[in-house]
Amino acid sequence: MKLATKAVGGIKPSKPWSKNSPQNILFKLIPSVSPIFLAAALVAATDLKGKIGFLLAWLLFTALFIITWPLIIKSKNARGELFLQSLISLSSLSFFLVIAWVFSSVLTPGIKAFTPSLFIGDGSTVEVDTPLNQGGLLHALVGSIIVVGTATVISVPFGILSALYITEVRGKLVPYVRFFIQAMSGVPSIVAGLFIYAALIVTQVIPYTGFTGSLALAILMLPTVARTAEEVLRLVPDDLRNAALALGGTQVRTVFQVVLPSARAGLVTAVILGVARVAGETAPLLLTAFGGNTVNLNPFEGTMATLPWYIFSQMALGTENDVARAWFAALTLLLLVSITFSLARVLNRKKF
Amino acid sequence: MTFGGIFSFIVLAAIFAYLFLRSTPVFREFGLGFITNSQWVSGDGLPASAGSTDPAVFGLFPMLYGSTLIAIAAMLISLPISVALALGIVFYLPKKLSTSVTLITDLAASIPSVIFGLWGLFVLVPHAKYWAALLDRYLGFIPVFNSEFKVFDQSPFVASIVLAIMITPIITSVAREIFSQTPPDLVQGAYALGATKSAMIRSIVMPFGRSGVIGGAMLGLGRALGETVAVFFVLNLVYDKTNWLKILDSEGGSVASLIVAKYGEASEFELAGLFGAGLVLFILTLAANLVASAIVNQTMQKGGRKGKK
Repeated sequence: MKLATKAVGGIKPSKPWSKNSPQNILFKLIPSVSPIFLAAALVAATDLKGKIGFLLAWLLFTALFIITWPLIIKSKNARGELFLQSLISLSSLSFFLVIAWVFSSVLTPGIKAFTPSLFIGDGSTVEVDTPLNQGGLLHALVGSIIVVGTATVISVPFGILSALYITEVRGKLVPYVRFFIQAMSGVPSIVAGLFIYAALIVTQVIPYTGFTGSLALAILMLPTVARTAEEVLRLVPDDLRNAALALGGTQVRTVFQVVLPSARAGLVTAVILGVARVAGETAPLLLTAFGGNTVNLNPFEGTMATLPWYIFSQMALGTENDVARAWFAALTLLLLVSITFSLARVLNRKKF
Repeated sequence: MTFGGIFSFIVLAAIFAYLFLRSTPVFREFGLGFITNSQWVSGDGLPASAGSTDPAVFGLFPMLYGSTLIAIAAMLISLPISVALALGIVFYLPKKLSTSVTLITDLAASIPSVIFGLWGLFVLVPHAKYWAALLDRYLGFIPVFNSEFKVFDQSPFVASIVLAIMITPIITSVAREIFSQTPPDLVQGAYALGATKSAMIRSIVMPFGRSGVIGGAMLGLGRALGETVAVFFVLNLVYDKTNWLKILDSEGGSVASLIVAKYGEASEFELAGLFGAGLVLFILTLAANLVASAIVNQTMQKGGRKGKK
């Protein structure tokens, strides 16, 4: 490891074993370079065509080399090492290529579809296949912000209270509380939507509104907030708590005046991560907030459009202009989620 | 604060209670047949016992099987990739690179499922159709890759690829945490005995982390079972036929997608059926998730103490 090879007194070890003879380098390069040529040959020779075809052939040949090349090498240790290294580089490379593929295929049609009016107009003037310069997705954007905002307001207090129970009260129920939070994080989004639908909408307690959508999202958001908040509160040193208690503070005052303020940045991260978790949820909103064509600012009355719902419905229409709208909405949503996510990261780095 | 603590329990209990209460009509009508039958006929929206001439008959089996098939296929695709990624992050990559790799996988985890649906339908399906045709032509002698109709779009194959991409970040992050919990004295001991990295991983990290990784895979499985919108768009749903293992044929079932597809024009009785489907899905994912987290927690605690042996 690093420690063993560290230079003592400024003398650098010569490391004769790390020098590569040309033959050695060639031997190492063959498995990584030859798949490129072989893939090119395959693409040229058979009916496997296109960039994706090339990529697939390349992956195939690389995988083949990963399996066979180590067998050619005599040393057992080197064989295992090479196998693992190539497996790791191949799988990480292919995963990142796929993620880059997803991002780029959202970016290209999304940017192409961009017209400023998309941010100004709502859906009321849009019929099936209306040109892109008429109407827009303002209603969906506003709706998304309101629904997710309301969900945040509902779920954050409960999430933080759950975390506080684990880190501050430390009662007998702690293992069970963690167990149930864990269980709650596994609730599929459609089930959360179905629950609100069964409990409130079918029974006609509340009709389809933005608020019902928020309730469904709050269910999904709570475990994320609770778990992140728990981790953050755990980092608050016990000395602070003890000092506050020694000054005569009650537990409630200790929590609200010492523990929570000192974990402020971390708690904000928890909330943002929760927002990023639910901002793209579609299934529960289909069942609860439904949709709409105009800007609706009141979450307690009337159905409300949201970005995911907008993408879903435009996609379902399927005409050229509608799909272009869906791509643009997808780009907007992807940017929003990525920005919230990066924000959480930046805040988290500062800790407190 | 105690109330906040038990709040999650209240919500879970309420979900169970409401879905159970709302779905009692179908369970009373079909009993366990609701799960084992292979039929989803809306009819005139009334059960046979209500004297309907065109009775509604609901059986969830094809959807249940389809969901499981897709989820397991997705897990099988994603597991080796995730484990390799996690090993790379923890043991192989230099510190700086590994933080950015972690960042990218976490970012990938936050891509909304509807975007995967959009991407899957318009970008992946045309390509995957072609891959599937190749698989069928050259590997068709293996029953799994054999296709009956040679129509390859919107097959369980495509759905499981999309799901695999979606669950890879989840399994990776669990595996990463597990691997980084490996007792360092064992790791250093292996190095001191002259083990190479791969030998160390084979003899120390893998035995230590195996059950934890299985737990992570089950977490991914739970997520894949409950995924709705992405699957809804990339899978051609059938309701009365179980597509056993022919994953390249464009026929498949999914409980979650069934709910989205049918709830809009459902009669009251069919709605009860959908609530029943939701209840089954809820129990299934809850079970997968709880078993998984129990396994993961156990491994984590094992790492906290000194390693056995």
